[in-house]
Amino acid sequence: MKSPAFARRRQFIALVAVGLALAGCKPSADSGKTGDSSTGPIVVGEFASLHGSEAAFGQSSHKGTELAFDKIKATGGLLGREVKLIVEDNQSKAGESVTIAKKFLSRDHVVAVLGEVASGRSLEAGPICQAAGIPMISPSSTNPKVTEVGDHVFRVCFTDPFQGKLLSDFAWKTLKVRKVAILSDTASAYSVGLAEFFKQPFVAAGGEVVLEVKYASRDKDFKAQLTAIKASSPDGICVPGYYTEVGLIVKQARELGLTIPIFGGDGWEAPQLIEIAGGDALKNTYYSTHFSPSQDSPAVKEFVAAFKAKYNEVPDAMAALGYDSAMALAEAIKKAGTTDPAKLTAALAATDFTGVTGRTKLDAQRNATKPAVIITVENGQFKFLQTVEP
Amino acid sequence: MHFPKSQLWLALALVVAGVVSAFSGRIDAYFLDVALGAGINIVLAVSLNLINGFTGQFSLGHAGFMAVGAYTSAMLTTTFAAKLLPLVGGQTWILFPVALLAGGLVAAVAGIAVGAPSLRLKGDYLAIVTLGFGEIIKVVLQNIDALGAARGLYGVPSYTTVFWVFGLAAVTVYVVWALVNSTYGRGFLAVADDEIAAESMGLDTTRYKVTAFVVGAFFAGLAGGLYAHLKGYINPTGFDFNKSIEIVVIVILGGMGRHVGVVAAAILLSVLMEQLRRFGDYRMILYSLLLIVLMLARPQGLFAWRARRKAA
Repeated sequence: MKSPAFARRRQFIALVAVGLALAGCKPSADSGKTGDSSTGPIVVGEFASLHGSEAAFGQSSHKGTELAFDKIKATGGLLGREVKLIVEDNQSKAGESVTIAKKFLSRDHVVAVLGEVASGRSLEAGPICQAAGIPMISPSSTNPKVTEVGDHVFRVCFTDPFQGKLLSDFAWKTLKVRKVAILSDTASAYSVGLAEFFKQPFVAAGGEVVLEVKYASRDKDFKAQLTAIKASSPDGICVPGYYTEVGLIVKQARELGLTIPIFGGDGWEAPQLIEIAGGDALKNTYYSTHFSPSQDSPAVKEFVAAFKAKYNEVPDAMAALGYDSAMALAEAIKKAGTTDPAKLTAALAATDFTGVTGRTKLDAQRNATKPAVIITVENGQFKFLQTVEP
Repeated sequence: MHFPKSQLWLALALVVAGVVSAFSGRIDAYFLDVALGAGINIVLAVSLNLINGFTGQFSLGHAGFMAVGAYTSAMLTTTFAAKLLPLVGGQTWILFPVALLAGGLVAAVAGIAVGAPSLRLKGDYLAIVTLGFGEIIKVVLQNIDALGAARGLYGVPSYTTVFWVFGLAAVTVYVVWALVNSTYGRGFLAVADDEIAAESMGLDTTRYKVTAFVVGAFFAGLAGGLYAHLKGYINPTGFDFNKSIEIVVIVILGGMGRHVGVVAAAILLSVLMEQLRRFGDYRMILYSLLLIVLMLARPQGLFAWRARRKAA
């Protein structure tokens, strides 16, 4: 039995520990100050999901950003100053991005923040950057809410309402789908949002949604949902999910004898899709995305060659957007002629440049209006089908 | 009874937290975020320690209670703020504790709902039931559109300050300490040591277990509210199984049924995660390695100088 005195001592030590934690909160000399020093390198912070569930996207996007910084460095930096990219990994975990954004602002004194692919985590960091008045550019968060945070949050990709509308048009006009079944991921903000933005214009055009079924990320067996879909006999299936589940869904749908077109959004974009589903099953599947490495433009060719030289792989849409987000920032810094946050924000708002994902022009809501591409799979290879102008 | 003296310590801790809070504008935001994160982990770990440590039950659902508290309080300060603010004269410093308390209470009710039927189970079975509960909460949240479903709740105001976090951490430490050191609270230890013996002495073991569960859930709910108003954005996946495991790791590392060790481990692990950032890709490997080494070196808990009363 411990003595009361010992118990008291424990209580004392516990309080000292709490006190120490508080004492540790030392006011640092330059607290409250954000923005850079106007001498020394221009520092940019990038937060990305380099590990965890969305690592494939995070890694891709990060490689693109890194390549862009290599290029900027090779051409002598910006405003006659060196540039420095600080990368932090949020492990695809909730809560981390807030801490990272605060670190960028109060420790690294970044001039701008780049990130991230997943809308949920961009929504975490956005308000922090907004409150500090430091611009943040998301390379590929498509959820409309991301830039609604405030006038310092930008994105260089299109939004889900745009993507939903174009998918709906494509399904209606090109695939001639009239009755559709939607299979979406309840655990993903992206999937739920895109399903909704697809449904509205499709129904408005006169289409019918015969069945809406759900799954959850990391599910492996979709036979129950697919059997229900088969029973409702649609002309096409819309699967606005991420490639891991989409691959299995397509595979299992074909096994059940569902040969109708299956289509979705940019969450499909990953070489793993073909590995998981197999080339044959992916016949008659389509997805919309931001970029195709087989597009015939000098900018794309140059980018693909540089990317292959550095990483020995073909860049996907996330890599292209990661690259463009950094390039858009570099353009804005050049145009503003300063790293002053207010002037940089103004320069970013007026962004109109042509990157590897096409002409990127920001609207009043700081969203990019830009072309999308439709990709299909043929003989086990991704094939560029068409470009859809906004 | 040493209550007067310990209450003095509590009051002192609250005053210190209040004073530091008044100057928190001078503290750099990153440091503050890490410190507050550590404080929230103290609340979570100490409350889980009452269940897992002192009462000897193995709960894996602490993140679920945290989620309940986080969503309840965040709803009150966002969606219902327009209705509630006029009632408190537009004072957010009144609304916030009310929202926190509501979060804690709803989490406590969830604690009763889960605890009452399942605490008749023991060991592994209880662990599985609580694990299931945590997952159910997550999936339910993902499917309620009014709560943002998978999109999460965003725009939660940043009301969490040093005072609230460390004040509540001190209160949590005090309550758990006072509870297990009270005459009534000896029953928790008895349940942990030997349930059959405790029962034959006439203790209502299920009631003790449910009590521990409800108190633990209440504080986890408070911690959830603090978390929501610190990060400003909550998402069901943030309260998954991994979050529960994180808290369990803190409790085990600190020493099950230890007061100081668990508080210290909560601070240590929170700070460690941030310090390891500089190692980039090796961060998680180093973190896991450190856990293994610490567990091998100090299996009884980090700050356990004396052996705990032997379990039968």
